[in-house]
Amino acid sequence: MLNNILSESVYFGMVLSIAAFWLGAQLKKRWNYSMVNPLLIATILIIIILAVFRIDYETYNYGAEYLTYLLTPATVCLAVPLYKQLDLLLKNAAAIFAGILCGCITHILVVVGIAFLMKADKILMLSTLPKSVTTAIALGISGEIGGIASITVIGVTVAGIMGTVIGPFLLRLFQITEPIAQGLGIGTGSHAAGTSKAVELGEIQAAMSSLAIVVTGLMSVILVPFAVSLLG
Amino acid sequence: MKYLLQFGIITAICFVSELLHILIPLPVPASVYGLVILFLLLLTGSLKVSQIEDVSAFFMAILPVLFVSPSVSLITSADLIMENLLALIMMMGISTIVVIVVTGRVSQGMIRRKQKKEKTENAE
Repeated sequence: MLNNILSESVYFGMVLSIAAFWLGAQLKKRWNYSMVNPLLIATILIIIILAVFRIDYETYNYGAEYLTYLLTPATVCLAVPLYKQLDLLLKNAAAIFAGILCGCITHILVVVGIAFLMKADKILMLSTLPKSVTTAIALGISGEIGGIASITVIGVTVAGIMGTVIGPFLLRLFQITEPIAQGLGIGTGSHAAGTSKAVELGEIQAAMSSLAIVVTGLMSVILVPFAVSLLG
Repeated sequence: MKYLLQFGIITAICFVSELLHILIPLPVPASVYGLVILFLLLLTGSLKVSQIEDVSAFFMAILPVLFVSPSVSLITSADLIMENLLALIMMMGISTIVVIVVTGRVSQGMIRRKQKKEKTENAE
């Protein structure tokens, strides 16, 4: 019944998305734990609401998909912070490039290796491969290589939450103390969510982490489809 | 007019990127073409940051909300996820840890080596 009425509403999905995220952001403000991630809270909340009121995902997405269209211009705008950090980028170009490249290649090898060892479905591996980059680019790559969008998004979310929760611990454990290296590691492994943690570590870490988001994204766009074509 | 022009510039970049995505047979999402185009425009000085700053700040602010709907879409593949839960956890968890450590160690090693070299050169 409710599903029938709402299936013709464009703004239902948009309002629900924004309201749930806003609530998540408020909760994060109150309890500043890394586990309290607004995106995670909004996702769980909406899934519960859809299940309780028996509303189809299609009904929700009928309106919510208009928000998704804005991903392209929003990703384009990531060029602005990248441009603002140009000096830092040029000065440490070699170390930045080598670090991120090694990270990207290792990521592909580890995902493919584990998928092989655990005899996971190929489509799960394809959906997981783009996960260390920011969601907008990850979704693009996933679509290009035939992954499932929702699993890619879970992967991106898991990577982000892990980077935020155990990132600083990993840096200590492996004695990564150079601010640039700290930022690059967190940004390459866990994109924007990790970057929010890098901001707490310091200014250079924050700059390098947001730089890593973009560079990792661009490298993955080339490397991931190439690796997939090698796998056949 | 300020907002209209800024929004227009960003939309125009998106349109050109979309055309590139359609015309070039490479697995590159339109958004990545657009990011590179905007970066080049800023780099060459054809476009000033101030000409797009307000609208780009708006887009950066709403960016995380745009991921809500794709995340919720996981309910449409719940069966597939539950059947492969362990493999997914392993793939996603271990790879994230390894990437943070490898990227951090490699770039730290290179920065340290460069600093050492500069120090010895200065000493001579």
